[in-house]
Amino acid sequence: MKRPQRIAFRPLVRIWSVLPRPSAAGLPDFIMAFAGVALFYGIVEVGRNWLGPFRPQVAISRSLGALPVYAGYSLLRIALAYILSLLFAVTYGYVAAYRPRAERFMIPLLDVLQSIPVLSFLPGVMLAMAALFPGRQLGVEMGAVLLIFTGQVWNMAFSFYASLKSIPREMREAASIYRFNWWQRFMQIELPFATIGLVWNSMMSVAGAWFFLMACEQFGDFRLPGLGSYLQAAADNGDTRSILLGIVTMVIVIVLIDQFVWRPVIAWAEKFKMEQVESSSAPTSWVLSLLQRSRGVALFRKRAIRPLREQVVHYFGRRDQVRAESGTDNQALLWGFRMAGIFVLAAITYAVVRVVMILTGLRGSELHQIGVGLFATFLRVNLTLLLGALWTIPVGVAIGFNPRLARVAQPLAQIAASVPATALFPVVLLVLIRLGGGLGVGSIVLLLLGTQWYILFNVIAGAMAIPTDLKEAASVFGIHGWERWRKLILPGIFPFLVTGLVTASGGAWNASIVAEYFHFRGQTYSTVGVGSMISAATDAKNFNLLLASTIALAAVVVTTNRLLWRRLYRLAEMRYKLES
Amino acid sequence: MTEPIIRAQAVEKFYLQPDGDRIEVIAPVDLDVEPGKIIALLGPSGCGKSTLLRILTGLSKPSSGEVLWHGQPITRRNAGVSIVFQSFALFPWLTVLDNVEAPLEARGVAALERHKRALRILDTVGLDGFESAYPKELSGGMKQRVGFARALVVEPEVLFMDEPFSALDVLTAESLRNELLELWLGKKMPTKAIFIVTHNIEEAVLLADRVIVLARNPAWVRADFPVELAHPRDRKSPRFVELVDYIYKIMTQPQLAAAVPSATAQKPVRQKYQMIPHARVGGIAGLLELLEDRDGKEYLHRLAEVLIMDAEDLLPIIEAAVLLGLATLKEGDVQITAEGARFAEADILTRKILFRQAALKHVVILQQIDSILHAKTDHSISQEFFYDILDEHFSQDEVERQFDTAMNWGRYAEIFDYDRELHRLVLAEPVGEPHPPNTTPVPS
Repeated sequence: MKRPQRIAFRPLVRIWSVLPRPSAAGLPDFIMAFAGVALFYGIVEVGRNWLGPFRPQVAISRSLGALPVYAGYSLLRIALAYILSLLFAVTYGYVAAYRPRAERFMIPLLDVLQSIPVLSFLPGVMLAMAALFPGRQLGVEMGAVLLIFTGQVWNMAFSFYASLKSIPREMREAASIYRFNWWQRFMQIELPFATIGLVWNSMMSVAGAWFFLMACEQFGDFRLPGLGSYLQAAADNGDTRSILLGIVTMVIVIVLIDQFVWRPVIAWAEKFKMEQVESSSAPTSWVLSLLQRSRGVALFRKRAIRPLREQVVHYFGRRDQVRAESGTDNQALLWGFRMAGIFVLAAITYAVVRVVMILTGLRGSELHQIGVGLFATFLRVNLTLLLGALWTIPVGVAIGFNPRLARVAQPLAQIAASVPATALFPVVLLVLIRLGGGLGVGSIVLLLLGTQWYILFNVIAGAMAIPTDLKEAASVFGIHGWERWRKLILPGIFPFLVTGLVTASGGAWNASIVAEYFHFRGQTYSTVGVGSMISAATDAKNFNLLLASTIALAAVVVTTNRLLWRRLYRLAEMRYKLES
Repeated sequence: MTEPIIRAQAVEKFYLQPDGDRIEVIAPVDLDVEPGKIIALLGPSGCGKSTLLRILTGLSKPSSGEVLWHGQPITRRNAGVSIVFQSFALFPWLTVLDNVEAPLEARGVAALERHKRALRILDTVGLDGFESAYPKELSGGMKQRVGFARALVVEPEVLFMDEPFSALDVLTAESLRNELLELWLGKKMPTKAIFIVTHNIEEAVLLADRVIVLARNPAWVRADFPVELAHPRDRKSPRFVELVDYIYKIMTQPQLAAAVPSATAQKPVRQKYQMIPHARVGGIAGLLELLEDRDGKEYLHRLAEVLIMDAEDLLPIIEAAVLLGLATLKEGDVQITAEGARFAEADILTRKILFRQAALKHVVILQQIDSILHAKTDHSISQEFFYDILDEHFSQDEVERQFDTAMNWGRYAEIFDYDRELHRLVLAEPVGEPHPPNTTPVPS
C-alpha cells in the first residue's frame, strides 16, 4: 500500500514568497475580470479544436508563439483529469469507508490498481478511445485524460478513505447527537478531515500526471498538440533553441501552478489541521492573502455563497426529517449500489473470459518472448534502482546533515525533479545518439532520469529526521566511518529509503514502456524488454501480444510489490521507525 | 414520585462471538433519569459506563432491552439530549461561534435567530469576546466551555457529560465544576437533569444528588444511593469524607455489594476467567514501598491523596497487589503482607524471584504460559494461542490489555521472553537456579 510519500515539499523558489504585496485592493478584481475574458476565449478555442476532425500526426509548430498555446493544452488535460480524479476519489473513498461489504473488496482492489504501471495501458487505451469517437479529435484527447486519470486517482482515493476512517469517534458522536444532516457531516467533518491528506496526494498525483501526459502527447500516431510533442518535435529536428525554450516553459508552468494553486491551497488547508495548539510556522501564500483581501471575493462570498449554503443545509435538513418520519431508508440508492455491483461483476467476468480466450491462443514463441522481455526489464529496473541508490544515498545524506547545503540544493533538486522525465526523453536520446550510444544504455539513463528523485528526496528527509541526540551519541562513543554508516545512518534512513525505492520502482516499470522503444527522426530505436514489446505490439497492431505482455507486466509488478516491497515496508515500520 | 425523563428497562450490551458465545459488556440494567437531579455514574475504567451513557442518549442501541424517552422509544430525533465530551470534540476548523451555531443550523434555525441564541449562550458560559477565535487558540478550560455552550444552545432536557473534566488540569476542572453548579443551582439553564459519567469519586460526591456505582466485567449496578448534602459542599465535612470512603470501599470490595440494598443489581453467576488488573510492575513496587514506609497499612483514600491519583489509576495497582498476595484490602484499608514486605525490602534480583513466585502462584494466565512453554520441546509458542484463550472471555480491547499486562509481568518475572517481531513467547533463562515449577523455596 502506498503511503503518503515522505518527500519534503518546499517552496520551489523562495523569491516568490517575498514578492512585494500590491496594496491596491482593487487589483485582484481587475485581474480576475481579465482572467474571466481569457477563460472564455480558451473555451471557444479548445472546443473548436477538440470537436474538430481527427488529425493523425498533428503538425507541431516550433514557433515561440505556439508555446503558450501548447502549454495551455497540456495544462487543460491535466486539469480535466485532476477534476475527474478528485470526484472519483471522493466517491470511491466514501463508499469504501461506509459500506463494510464493499470495503472488503474495494480496498484490496485499490492496492492492486495502485501498483499496476499505467503506461502499459497507454497503447490500448488510445486505440480504444480513438475507436470510440471515430473521426473526432475528442477521442484521442479523452484517451489522454483517461490515462492521466488512472495514473493519479488511486492514492487520492486511498487517502480520502483513510482520512474518513480516522475521524475520532467522539467527533462523529457529536455530529450525531446534534443531528447534523448528511451535508453538514460531509462539509464540516468528513471533507475538512480529509483535506490535508487530499492536498498532499493531489500534489503528488499532479506531478506524476505530467510524466504520463508527456508520454501521451508524444505517442506515435496519436500525437497531441502540447508541450510534450513540442519538445519531441524540437529534438527530432535537433533544434537546441526550441528544446531550451520548451524546457523553460515547462519549468515556468510548474512554478506557476505551485504558486497559484498549491501554495494557496496548502496555506488555506492549514486550518484543517487537527492540532490542539497553534503551530508557530504556518505556511503562507501571497496569492491566498491577495484573494482574502479582495473585495470582490468577499462580496461574492457574502451575497452568493452564504445564502446558497444556507439553502443547501436546509434542504438536506428537511430531507433527513422527511426520511425519519416516513421511516424509509434510501431504497433507491441501495438498489443503485447493488445494480452497479452486479454490472461491475458482469463486466469483470466478461473481460476475464475474453482475456483467457486470447491468452490461450498465443504461440509458444510469443510466450517465450514475453518471458525474456520481462526478465530483461526486471534486470534493467533493478539496475536503475541500484545506480540511483548508489549516488543518491551519499548525496542525500550529505544534504540532509548539512542545513546550509540543504537550503541551496533542495530547491534546485526540486526544480530538476519537477521536469517530467518523459519530456526529456527525446532530448536525452538526441544526445545519446550523437555520442554514439544505443537505447541499451540509453534506456537505463532514461529510467534513472525518471526515478532517482524519489530516492533522493526520501533520503534527504530521512537524514534530516535522524535526531541530533543519536548523532551526538555516535560521536561520543567514537563511532566513525563505515561503523557510523552501519550503526546510525543506514538504519536511520531505512524507512525513508524503502519509501523512495518503492515509488522509484513503480516509476521505473512505468517508464520502461516509453524508454525501451522510441520513434525518433523516422527511425525506431528499441532494446529487449517487455516495455518495448508492448510498444512494438501496438505498432504492429498485434493485439493479442499487446494484451498478454501488458497483463504479464502488471502481474510481475504486483507480485514484486507483494513479495518484496511490502515486506521491507513492514520491516522498516517495525524495527527502524524512529518514534517521535 | 415524578415521571422519569429517560427510563432504561433491562438494557444489556453484548458482543456475539463467531462460535455463538456472547461476551457481556453490560449486564441487564434498569435505570431512570428523573428531572431535577444531577446523577453521577461512577465506575472503574473500561467498565462500560461510557457505553451505558451512549445507550441512554440513543446514540447506540442496546443488544436487548429498551430505552424510553417520556414513555416513547428513544430515537435520535425525539431525544432532547446533548453530550459534553471528554475530548471536547469541537470542530477545529470552525470558529467558536460557528461551533456553537452548528447544532442550531442542523435543526433548521434561521441565521439571525441562530446567531442571537449562540451569542447569548456564549455570554452565559463566559466566552464573551471569543466568538471569532478558533478552538486551537483556546486553553483546555476555554475549549470545554465551548463544549458546554454547544451542548446548552439546543436547550436539552437532559445534559449528558462523559468525563467532562478529566482532560483538564486540577484547578481548571475545579473552577469549571463550580461554574456548572452555579448555572444549575441558579436555574440559568433550561436543562432538567444532568447525567455525568466520571471515575473521580470526589467529583461525584461534590456534584451529584444521586450516585450510581458500576462494577465491571460485565457492568452491573453495584450501588445506587442519594447524596443529600446541601450545596456548596465542603470536602472536609465528616459526611463528605464518609461518603467518599464508602464509595471507595464498595468499589474495591465485591462482597460489600450484598450490603447495599439495590433492587436492580443482579450479579451474573457464570464462572469467569481470571481478569488481571492493568498495573505495571513498577507501579506495584512503588505502592508496596509506600505502604512499607507507612508501617504497612494505610487508608485507601489517604493513599489516593498522597499519590495524587484518581481511583481509576490507583485501584488497578492495589487490585494487582492483592491478586499477587502482596497486599490485602479490608474495609478500605490496604495492608501489606509478609511477602509484600519482603518484596519491598529486597534488591533488584531478589525482587524478580519473589515476583516470579507470586505470579506463578496466583496468576492463571502466567501459570498456563509457563506450563505450556515447559511442555513444548522448542520451548516457544505463538502469541495467537493466548489471544485465542483470552478471546473467549474478553472483548477485543480487553484481550489486548490483558495480554499486554501479562507480557509486562511475565517478562519482568523472567517466566518467558517475548519476540515482538515473530510474535512468539520463548522460555526465558531464569535468574537464579534452573526452573523449579511453582514450588521455589524462598531464597534468603
